[in-house]
Amino acid sequence: MKHPCRSLLGSVLALAAGGAMAEPAKYLFQPPVTIIARDIYDLHTAMMWIITGIFVVVFGVMFYSIWKHRKSVGHKAAHFHESTAVEIAWTIVPMIILVGMAFPATSVVLAYKDTSNPDLTIKATGYQWKWGYDYINGEGAGISMLSSMTTPREQIEGDAPKGEFYLREVDNMLTVPVNKKVRILTTANDVIHSFWVPEFGVKQDAIPGFVRDTWFRAEKEGIYRGQCVELCGKDHGFMPIVVNVLSGEKYTAWVAEHQKAAVATADEAAREWTKEELLARGEKVYAAVCAACHQPTGQGLANAFPALVGSKVVQGPASEQVKLVLNGRKGGFMPTSQMPAQAMLSDTDIAAAITYTRNAWSNHADEGLVQPSVVKAAR
Amino acid sequence: MAHSTADAAVAGHAHDHHDHAHDDHAHAAPSGFMRWLTTTNHKDIGTMYLWFSLTMFFVGGVLALGIRAELFKPGLQLWHPEFFNQLTTMHGLIMVFGAIMPAFVGFANWLVPLQIGAPDMAFARMNNWSFWLLPPAATLLVVSFFVPGGATAAGWTLYAPLTTQMGPGMDLAIFALHILGASSIMGSINIVVTILNMRAPGMTLMKMPMFVWTWLITAYLLIAVMPVLAGAITMTLTDRHFGTAFFNAAGGGDPVMFQHVFWFFGHPEVYIMILPAFGIVSHVIPAFARKPLFGYSSMVYATSSIAILSFIVWAHHMFVVGMPAAGVLFFMYATVLIAVPTGVKVFNWLATMWRGSMTFETPMLFAVGFLFVFTMGGFTGLICAIAPIDLQIQDTYYVVAHFHYVLVAGSLFAMFSGAYFWLPKWTGHMYDETLGKWHFWLSIIFFNVTFFPMHFLGLAGMPRRIPDYNIQFADFNMLATIGAFGFGLSQLVFLYTVLKCIRGGEKATAQVWEGAEGLEWTLSSPPPYHSFEVPPQVK
Repeated sequence: MKHPCRSLLGSVLALAAGGAMAEPAKYLFQPPVTIIARDIYDLHTAMMWIITGIFVVVFGVMFYSIWKHRKSVGHKAAHFHESTAVEIAWTIVPMIILVGMAFPATSVVLAYKDTSNPDLTIKATGYQWKWGYDYINGEGAGISMLSSMTTPREQIEGDAPKGEFYLREVDNMLTVPVNKKVRILTTANDVIHSFWVPEFGVKQDAIPGFVRDTWFRAEKEGIYRGQCVELCGKDHGFMPIVVNVLSGEKYTAWVAEHQKAAVATADEAAREWTKEELLARGEKVYAAVCAACHQPTGQGLANAFPALVGSKVVQGPASEQVKLVLNGRKGGFMPTSQMPAQAMLSDTDIAAAITYTRNAWSNHADEGLVQPSVVKAAR
Repeated sequence: MAHSTADAAVAGHAHDHHDHAHDDHAHAAPSGFMRWLTTTNHKDIGTMYLWFSLTMFFVGGVLALGIRAELFKPGLQLWHPEFFNQLTTMHGLIMVFGAIMPAFVGFANWLVPLQIGAPDMAFARMNNWSFWLLPPAATLLVVSFFVPGGATAAGWTLYAPLTTQMGPGMDLAIFALHILGASSIMGSINIVVTILNMRAPGMTLMKMPMFVWTWLITAYLLIAVMPVLAGAITMTLTDRHFGTAFFNAAGGGDPVMFQHVFWFFGHPEVYIMILPAFGIVSHVIPAFARKPLFGYSSMVYATSSIAILSFIVWAHHMFVVGMPAAGVLFFMYATVLIAVPTGVKVFNWLATMWRGSMTFETPMLFAVGFLFVFTMGGFTGLICAIAPIDLQIQDTYYVVAHFHYVLVAGSLFAMFSGAYFWLPKWTGHMYDETLGKWHFWLSIIFFNVTFFPMHFLGLAGMPRRIPDYNIQFADFNMLATIGAFGFGLSQLVFLYTVLKCIRGGEKATAQVWEGAEGLEWTLSSPPPYHSFEVPPQVK
């Protein structure tokens, strides 16, 4: 990792040299790859020119006055305090400038609101704290996945050096074809989240119980990174959105591979699993999903997240734990009494995580093995 | 204040010493703590408001430094993410409701009777009550950090349904806001009645000082919107505990409805926090330019227009919730319209300075600093108002930069300006000019070091309210944190200067400033306990 002070100096120099950097933009919007993002970029540039102009005029006058009209240089105060003509002028002129600003903005609003005739429709669901993507219409319809951050905890806690895509890397990327109009439906499972990819110029709140939409047509292949931008609780800072834009052929291949994988997932849920298999998988699921609150140690956090070690639910009948994980628990008076539902996880993942918690640490539950079929039946 | 009971006990005897004082209406005034607890005097109450808000300003400031310390470099170093969210939430709530709003009420208490030639506020006992509601409310807010689950972490905007996931700290915050709201409404009614009924003979509405005008309009805004906030948070409370579903789609409610109701309060609230600042600056600039305020009547009309427009722009805080295009366009047009009256005010201040005979004592430095930095906040406000651009910067650090430019550089700097301007009048002593200038230069430099880089962070894509960030944002965050600590420490200079001024210093004349105009400068410094016993004549 670069030394921060040195990179600060470096960036100042780069700015001074007007240098174009290969790294992400630092002073401005990220380079746009959709028409909307480009329109926004241009609008912003135009606005900045207008504002800079006004700035120079207004503060030019102010500093000239500060320089010349001071008592210490012997300036005597004038006594004027009214001029209707001047007042009218500086009401009308700004009005005209504002109309000039609002007019081009109007057409961009109408364009980004036009979600009609998409080639592909994908539903993005915000969960605390990950995204779910369901391909609804178009090539790839039926594909469904969860997308969680993969940055290891050691990097966050400073025990390992931070990677280039620190906090902006996921296990399953939202994958779309280039030059196709993709309509994103947003909704949420628990609280309000917000879907944002800076390079695309799309930002749309994901509201629980409602469906909203936005769209983009990515013009360049590549990987684009954004993150949730509406405060959604504890791990709001840790739910990135990573979009992989592929060429038409590569996208077709990706769809085929993914549909094969979906069949495999269905198959794996149907078979009987050994305890060892479930424990191995459960450890991973636990680390990715559950540890954020219940902690890697299973001890939870005092007054916020209950411990699983010695927990009555984890040690008691398996059916109760399956029900709780699937449905969550609604908050009572204390924050410790609520948990978000985890029904978006696959039967196998839920079964594995439950099996893991029932055997991990000092836990030795009587019903130590929970099969995916049990979870399926409980849904 | 620990010796209050002893003081209360001797308070009765104070009567003896005041037999001769019948003429100047000095009743058996209790001393010590009881004096402050039972006072109905507008100056005492104004002083308490100002000390209360300064205290909350430091509390909120410490929370802000907690935020900036965590963001000094990427990774989690100091706090758990949930505590970080508590810090951002409580910093916002305490600064808005505990520091800025009560400080302006403090200014109003001190100045409105002095400026309109009245002996005191209209409802003296209600005035006492509206102040003494504040300490319990502030206590609820601060104590909420120590209940199970900690303080509310849903952001100062308290968006549903995240609020339903909070612990009892959320309920404490709701009660605190109810109490603060009640206090604000009472204070506002008092101010409106005082201004409309107790002006000196001859002072028509269009002869009122600008600070009085801006507060009259602000008070109406407060009376209109504080009940709206009370409604929103009460619905939040019943959603949390009594099974209602105002903001829950599963029960037929709508989470976005909360935002509409909140911002119907929240946008006028923005002007509640800036209009009195406009009033203060409209006194300071003419005084130090030695030239009357340019365009007095257009200032009054501009202030009123801003207040009226503030009711029809609220959804520009919600451009990305998914409104229909017609809604987005309406709120965009209405919002850019606000730039017109705001521009008029800025131009009028410039015209007041133009061809004046200016000197730059601390109040003027802060007023000019206000003009410069607040206008930059106005420019970024214009950028935010353009809906497509807002699509990119909503909920990023750009917005954080924008509203700190208007709230810190706007409201706070104007209040510093006003404090230095009237401090000699209030205390009878001149403050230390050298320290005041240090305070100004340190504040304005560190302010910009803190908040200017946040524009870049926002444009490049850093969301607000996150405890950790990608390494691409590291440099500017480090810079902002350094600036924030510098800014925070600089405010201790202010505290020291105020204390020093209260304890002594060069005696202030009645006029204090060569170019100051208004009734308050006709009274001695400090003014008599009951400001104007005989109403002055205004020509």
